[in-house]
Amino acid sequence: MANTFNAEDIPVITPTFRLQWEQVQDCYVILYPEGMVKLSASAGEIMKRCDGVMNISNMINDLHKQFPGADLENDVYKFLEVAHANGWIRTKQAV
Amino acid sequence: MPMAGSEQNKLSKPLWLLAELTYRCPLQCPYCSNPLEIARYDNELSTEDWIRVMRQARAMGATQLGFSGGEPLVRKDLEELIAEARHLGYYTNLITSGVGMDEDRVKAFKVAGLDHIQISFQASNEELNNFLGGTKTFQHKTHMAHIVKKYEYPMVLNIVLHRKNIDQIRDILDMTIDLHADYVELASTQYYGWSRINVDQLLPTRAQLDHAEQVAREYQQKMKGKMKVIYVIPDYFENRPKACMNGWGAIFLTIAPNGTALPCHAAGQLPGLEFPNVRDHSIEWIWNDSPDFNKFRGFDWMVEPCRSCPEKIKDFGGCRCQAYMLTGDARNADPVCDKSPYHKQLHDDVERIGKLADNKEFNEKPLIFRNMKNSKKIITERQAETSELS
Ligand code: SF4
Ligand code: SF4
Repeated sequence: MANTFNAEDIPVITPTFRLQWEQVQDCYVILYPEGMVKLSASAGEIMKRCDGVMNISNMINDLHKQFPGADLENDVYKFLEVAHANGWIRTKQAV
Repeated sequence: MPMAGSEQNKLSKPLWLLAELTYRCPLQCPYCSNPLEIARYDNELSTEDWIRVMRQARAMGATQLGFSGGEPLVRKDLEELIAEARHLGYYTNLITSGVGMDEDRVKAFKVAGLDHIQISFQASNEELNNFLGGTKTFQHKTHMAHIVKKYEYPMVLNIVLHRKNIDQIRDILDMTIDLHADYVELASTQYYGWSRINVDQLLPTRAQLDHAEQVAREYQQKMKGKMKVIYVIPDYFENRPKACMNGWGAIFLTIAPNGTALPCHAAGQLPGLEFPNVRDHSIEWIWNDSPDFNKFRGFDWMVEPCRSCPEKIKDFGGCRCQAYMLTGDARNADPVCDKSPYHKQLHDDVERIGKLADNKEFNEKPLIFRNMKNSKKIITERQAETSELS
């Protein structure tokens, strides 16, 4: 399988899923018909940035600001693959 | 005073709130999982009651909210309840037969913030669908499925499978593809409520199940990434029970139309339990402290073979309602489990029904349809039985 994403791609959350901060769980969750997935702290930070505005390279820069020194790039691409395979995100068509 | 087990209670949260708004329903499915005593539930909660329940459960961490019934569309305040639920941050699911829906209402639900709609079909062809539902609804349902997609909802189509429709599984799946379902739930009839009294007519045969499973697999492959097909084998044919409700009082909270709080929608039939009502108690007390919600929590209540069984952490001893129905004691292992001394009896019964299924006379025994008239009749009969005994 080829890599789904390039640095210029703009990921956006699929409209049939909802990302939400859950106070009681203390984490981000993804909600869909009759189900919920709890996200790890890092996954939550990545998903939050799948806003249909930022491209992936900006996303990584932005994450670097929050977590300086961390080697993020690999993790971000890996997680985006997973998120895409689950149908949570897709690439926004360039207009 | 804190009760034993409250440590664990603090950890578990009622993540799933099922609001059974009403047991009124224009359909009469003979496999309906509502209690036989639906006619007793006419004292429905008010809008304010439901809003209070939703607030309290949400504060405890509930995220998924199902509006169900009966037919939730019967409630005139549904739009208002959806709006409040969405405002509270719930993911809102409408579980409906589609009867009572029109485009204006679907539009209003969208405005109110409804997240998802699940429509049930009785079968893939008009005649059988209408027969099983006891009313003419097929055309309307397919029309509504189009409207639901027009308004860009994720759509689940739910079909309860049993002996009379399971052989059409291919047609059913083709229909769901035509209707652009996002998810298809091929639910096996669970034999409590109305389906229990119709079990002889509804239980599929082994051969039927094998065929259905094969077709379901085929479509799962074929539709991968486009439509998710969920197919669960009915547990009567298994050797291990399902982890019913993920354990008693673990994540599910059902509120019946009259405000009775239940750990699962079938639990109302269990004897010796009163079940608290949301008119008298807060959700927090009900969930954390009420004796009934603690009754089968954890493992201390178990008897053998479950008590010393290493698999108890996986399946929690199965379904309490099924254990009660088939053994007379809710603490027993679910007889689906082959370690249960009652397993053989269940297995023999399934065999017996399987053999009779080809018998025309047996097969044509009339179904008892789920409606208020039959419910009242059953209530009166049961009252007569108990007064004879006492
Ligand atoms: S299963 Fe049928 S009768 Fe029962 S609530 Fe659903 S639509 Fe109504
Ligand atoms: S004995 Fe009880 S706990 Fe063990 S597998 Fe059977 S049902 Fe589950």
